Amino acid sequence: MSVNWSKYSAPMAFYPLAGRLIPWFAVVAVVLMGVGLYMGFFVAPTDFQQGESYRIIFVHVPAAWMSMFLYVVMAIWAGVGMGLNARLSFMMAQAIAPTGAMFTFLALLTGAMWGKPTWGAWWVWDARLTSELILLFQYAGVMLLRTSIDDMRRADRSSAVFSLVGVVNVPIIYFSVQWWNTLHQGASVSMSTGSKMAATMLMAMLIMTVAFWLYSIAVILARVRCIVVERDSLPVWDEKPAVIQEAVEAR
Amino acid sequence: MQWGSASEFFAMGGYGLYVWTSFLATALCMLWEVLALWRRRVAARAEQRAALLGGMDETAT
Repeated sequence: MSVNWSKYSAPMAFYPLAGRLIPWFAVVAVVLMGVGLYMGFFVAPTDFQQGESYRIIFVHVPAAWMSMFLYVVMAIWAGVGMGLNARLSFMMAQAIAPTGAMFTFLALLTGAMWGKPTWGAWWVWDARLTSELILLFQYAGVMLLRTSIDDMRRADRSSAVFSLVGVVNVPIIYFSVQWWNTLHQGASVSMSTGSKMAATMLMAMLIMTVAFWLYSIAVILARVRCIVVERDSLPVWDEKPAVIQEAVEAR
Repeated sequence: MQWGSASEFFAMGGYGLYVWTSFLATALCMLWEVLALWRRRVAARAEQRAALLGGMDETAT
């Protein structure tokens, strides 16, 4: 059986599909968060250097990864929107920005909570922290640019260009701990050298990351559905037939 | 497990303030986002229904 995926690029077909998917992503996300928190607090051992403060890693690293990952995904949708002139792609990009911004904010906040006991400072103007702060401004910029332009097509394209240009900051954030002499510790998990963490710590962190990822999908799909309704105020896709009937009769 | 008691767990080896602030802030942000989306959806659908029923009854939300 072959599925015609391109069919779902139309908001009308995508809308009910997204609605059916949201509960699954949400339920699995909640379950994995429970498992991840249990492992993070009750299975993972105390860190020999940082004591219990290291447990912040179980929200800090997933939030920071999501902040970068969502930015790239947002830029990809923006690029697809520009290339194919596809409205749904622009709506996806629009829906990703607030969640990405939230995770960027959380990465910075939990970072400050970790920085204070380990470095003695809430904030330092270090390459990693500074580039992550710039990422927060980029998300804010994308969202403000959109709201400041009334014409929807121009708003879509302008914010798409802005997000695409800003993608250069993502590798800068990621490699900042290698390129500059930073106070921020290096990568705990790397593709070349593997993990430097205890297996249970790593497992808890990865489970939390998957949970955050599924949470993001659920929330973003829910937001896309709102955007579809807001933008195309007329055809009602999941309205009760009786209401539509009533409306038709009223005309 | 490394916790002898509940108070030891909440103290987090003296780092309780930092650890719990991080986790609580994350939880609150997520809950707030879900709630905000819920409200946004209700508002969008109410507006949509009003547009659909427009002319007949402006307050049909």
